[in-house]
Amino acid sequence: MNINEYIQSGILELYVAGQLSEKENKEVYDLMLKHPEVLQEVLQIEAAFIKLSNSIAPEQPVAYSTIKAHLRNSNDKVIQLPKEKNRNWFTYTGWAAAVIVGAGLLWTLNQKQQLETEVTTINTEKEFLEIQIEDSKSKLAETKNLLNVIRDRNIIKVPLEGQAAYPDAYATVYWDENNDQIYLDLQGLPEPPEGKVYQVWSLLLDPLTPTSLGTIDDFMQDDNKIFKLDNANKSQAFGITLEPAGGSQSPTLEQLYTLGALASN
Amino acid sequence: MQLEYLVSQFQKKDEKAFEKLYNMYSQSMHGVIYNIVRDNEIAEEVMQDVFIKAWEKADSYNSSKGRFFTWLLNISRNAAIDKTRSKAFKKSSKNLNSDYFVDIIHSSDNLGSKTDAIGIKKFVDKLAEKCVKIIELLYFKGYTQKEASEELDMPIGTIKTRNRNCIQELRDSVL
Repeated sequence: MNINEYIQSGILELYVAGQLSEKENKEVYDLMLKHPEVLQEVLQIEAAFIKLSNSIAPEQPVAYSTIKAHLRNSNDKVIQLPKEKNRNWFTYTGWAAAVIVGAGLLWTLNQKQQLETEVTTINTEKEFLEIQIEDSKSKLAETKNLLNVIRDRNIIKVPLEGQAAYPDAYATVYWDENNDQIYLDLQGLPEPPEGKVYQVWSLLLDPLTPTSLGTIDDFMQDDNKIFKLDNANKSQAFGITLEPAGGSQSPTLEQLYTLGALASN
Repeated sequence: MQLEYLVSQFQKKDEKAFEKLYNMYSQSMHGVIYNIVRDNEIAEEVMQDVFIKAWEKADSYNSSKGRFFTWLLNISRNAAIDKTRSKAFKKSSKNLNSDYFVDIIHSSDNLGSKTDAIGIKKFVDKLAEKCVKIIELLYFKGYTQKEASEELDMPIGTIKTRNRNCIQELRDSVL
């Protein structure tokens, strides 16, 4: 069979119009499967007639949803409905699973971020505690050192009594003569007023000769109020006066807070 | 390929496939039906019935017996002709004179807004009267070759070749 002649014969136009016998229809169908050009020709005839008939429709056809509503009603008789339902069930289950997995992922992510924040917080706390421990350790060492100093048999303890300027005041000097150092326990002194400092004096009594050992500039900042000063003098007594910041050349006797002499004298 | 798949899905009662087919063919069927009943409301109603019917008898379609489009065309023509024979329709005394589809196109005032309007107008304007009648009978009215040859007083063989030439002209205008 010559396919071109077959196409030219006009049989395909009748095929689309629906005017062929059953036998002829089958023949065209088989040829369409075998020869793409036959199928192509049929598609073109169809498309052309669809365009022609489209232009005759006075309006756009109603939306499919209108038809669909009717299909639902007529669907009651259709046996395949459960199959459809089944598919929907699978679809919904699939979506539900996806949603659950998604929510789970979000939850896990959130959880991870929370834990990370917690770890950071805990690390900071740990560092802070380590610093505190280090602080305590050094304070303990300091205190032990002080205790050792105080207990040392070579240490000379000189209690200083309150004087006219501040009768309630008291202080103690621990003099490590061998190392030319004194430790001052100033727990019993009031806070110095703004712009004033305590100045410590080493005294010779006959004649009365004061020698400045220095000023206590960090009185307020020190916790245990124990201060270490150098003292290479042959001291006979110690006194503490309140002086203007920076200290004075000689003690202001009206502001003598505490005074004490060595026991041996 | 795509169309074959849609049709086979439609036969398995896949509504999505049916929707696509509806969107492809409903306007065309509306046109065919309107050409027979000449009333838009009735045409719309019949067209909807045709597609509902198609859905219900999806099983009865067989691709080896003809095109899906042709199957729809047959249902539409029959439904429309049935409608014109109904009592209610006859009472409304529609003016069903011997107008052809071309008259609808000529008298249509909103054709300009439709796609392919220019091609269709051009085609219709130069279409020989023989072509108008052949296309009208074979496609829109569903006449057999024999019926058409009697109606047009023309040998059957001539109907076939003339129809081929007419459709060829249509394709040249709109495709």
